[in-house]
Amino acid sequence: MKRFIGFIKKEFYHIFRDRRSLFILFGMPIAQILLFGFAITNEINNVDIAILDHSKDATTEEIINRISASKYFTIKQMIARETEVETAFKKGKIKAVLNFEKDFSRNLIKDQKANIQIITDATDPNTANSITNYINSILQNYQQSENKSIQIDYQIIPQTRMVYNPELKSVFMFVPGVMTIILMLVSAMMTSISITREKELGTMEILLVSPLKPFQVIIGKVVPYIFLSVINAAVIVLLSIFIFKMPVQGSLFLLGAESVLFIITSLALGILISTIAETQQAAMMISLMGLMLPVILLSGFIFPISSMPVPLQIISNIIPAKWFIIIIKGIMLKGVGMAYIWKETLILIGMTLFFIGLSVKKYKIRLE
Amino acid sequence: MKTIGYIIQKEFKQIFRNKGMLPIIFILPILQLVILSNAATYEVKNIKFAYIDYDHTSTSRTLIEKFNASNYFDVLTNFHSQEKASSAMLAGKVDVVLEIPNNFERNLLKEKTADLSITINAIDGAAAGVESGYVNQIVQSFNKDVKMDFMDTSKKNVQPVAIESIPSFWYNTTLNYKTFMVPGILVLLVTMITLFLSGMNIVREKEIGTLEQINVTPIRKSQFIIGKLFPFWVIGMGLLTIGLILAKVIFNVPMIGSIIILYAYTSIYILVILGMGLLISNFTDTQQQAMFISWFFIVIFILMSGLFTPIESMPKWAQIVTEFNPIKYFVEIVRMVMLKGSGFMDILPQLWKTLFYAIIMNGLAVWSYKKVN
Repeated sequence: MKRFIGFIKKEFYHIFRDRRSLFILFGMPIAQILLFGFAITNEINNVDIAILDHSKDATTEEIINRISASKYFTIKQMIARETEVETAFKKGKIKAVLNFEKDFSRNLIKDQKANIQIITDATDPNTANSITNYINSILQNYQQSENKSIQIDYQIIPQTRMVYNPELKSVFMFVPGVMTIILMLVSAMMTSISITREKELGTMEILLVSPLKPFQVIIGKVVPYIFLSVINAAVIVLLSIFIFKMPVQGSLFLLGAESVLFIITSLALGILISTIAETQQAAMMISLMGLMLPVILLSGFIFPISSMPVPLQIISNIIPAKWFIIIIKGIMLKGVGMAYIWKETLILIGMTLFFIGLSVKKYKIRLE
Repeated sequence: MKTIGYIIQKEFKQIFRNKGMLPIIFILPILQLVILSNAATYEVKNIKFAYIDYDHTSTSRTLIEKFNASNYFDVLTNFHSQEKASSAMLAGKVDVVLEIPNNFERNLLKEKTADLSITINAIDGAAAGVESGYVNQIVQSFNKDVKMDFMDTSKKNVQPVAIESIPSFWYNTTLNYKTFMVPGILVLLVTMITLFLSGMNIVREKEIGTLEQINVTPIRKSQFIIGKLFPFWVIGMGLLTIGLILAKVIFNVPMIGSIIILYAYTSIYILVILGMGLLISNFTDTQQQAMFISWFFIVIFILMSGLFTPIESMPKWAQIVTEFNPIKYFVEIVRMVMLKGSGFMDILPQLWKTLFYAIIMNGLAVWSYKKVN
């Protein structure tokens, strides 16, 4: 035991001596969560649009005013001819063009009907869709204010209540995701590198012939990173509470315990990677190239899993990050307790045991 | 020239000799492109929908039938009480709950107006917005039918003014997400591979100690750097080619613009990334440090590139930060050229910035590389 503690001490010294890595280890997650918490959003704001107005009458002017008054759109350009639409799109700045038909006001009064064409640059389908919806709702508001005099019968009024995130802030969606990505990648990468590093430099052999048991060597390697990752997790949670005003509806203690569990899962994955990879380079490429995109895309961090094709929904089940994101969102935003997340917790525990078991099997305790 | 040739030969040999790395460099990115591009969609489908019907009339049943018929909703369950519904929502089994109150039909007939209450899990704010839109669409169309049924014919002629909006989606009429995501993810993979490889390469020689051996040879600084980076440039271009072919064959992504412009731009772009990798290599002592720094930049570059979330929605200061993000320009260019057919003049601003960036990065990298410690 005394030897083991000595070994852990050595590992801590290693980490603390490398000031640069230490700085990166703590500085980067903070910088990232701040940057992303503020910057990443899939809401639509200040989209540049252009107007192609064939009528130029009082009604179109009123509608244009309403659109430019909304925070969603900035009118960048007035276009005179249809052919210029294409040029505007190709330059890439303008995302939508509103095309008012000729004699807009007159048609509206005479036929009670007038047309607007909403041309969107649909290379980004999501933005195109949102722009169309927002413009439609502005048009609807306008019509409602025009139609006030007419009484409408048999009206069904839907009362919509947005629960857990009434203001539809995208921070609530993205902060748990960023936290997961940081914990996952830092933990998996750190352990896999520090173990393969010993292999590559040849010092692993020295450790293996020492009186320490092989599993003690591995645990000794991992313990300091558990410690560091827990600090990281705590800092991220504090930042999200105090800076991004994320609520913690559930128990803070449970959140902490689940975070420690997820950190251990990631570290176990790191150990597994280190048993497969021979060089630091390979370890890093596996933990970065192999983990980064699947974790970003298949965890439900940005894109809803339920909308994916079924095979991908099945694959997403093997991504530990997916389960952890469900857990944090549950605890922080929904305020649920263990009764609702025991399944996810069990899955994470199962994955951890699986990673460790596989590593033990693959771990070579003898020299080549 | 001959010296450079030999260094390049040596580098290629080292890359291809490392059997463990080959699949990571070539197969992993391709696999990810093919699989993960399917995951990146903001479309909201298969909404987990439940209802509580306190009314039990033919009107309420018709409304539920309407939801049943829609493609967006999976009508899951009929809850008998609010408690059960909210507990299912807490457990994540349900995302939208429609509650039809008691006397819904009677109110509609007698008071000429009736309420419906809808509860939506809004943790994913964007999806919640879309879901609420779908619900309103169905309710509105149901409302129209109801009016037709109940109103007396004399009143039907009084019509309110209506502005008809005709949406028209250019360049991607079916709103296919893969068309949008595949080029972007390809860009990302090319960038990640070239940055990681170049960032680790020289520092690896430093760490193992072989860099000193090279430094004492008569190889000049510029020769060494060109010889080191050229192989990665080739790998980057190769990946782009494979990716473009797959994009065409598997995802049927159009290639409207000129492929020559795309290659010309990419050849400059990769220089930026290689310069950055070399710079990282110069300022670090171990591969671990180099990897951390590359990782830090890559995560920022990815999430602030406009690839997954639109740049226009970011706050002003963040938009200024994205000006320094090379991936942003590449993503823009690939999408502009492939999907919109933008020409040379259209991409000129991005091209200038990338060229400038390449010169700065490589200048700094060469300047900071020292043969002598």
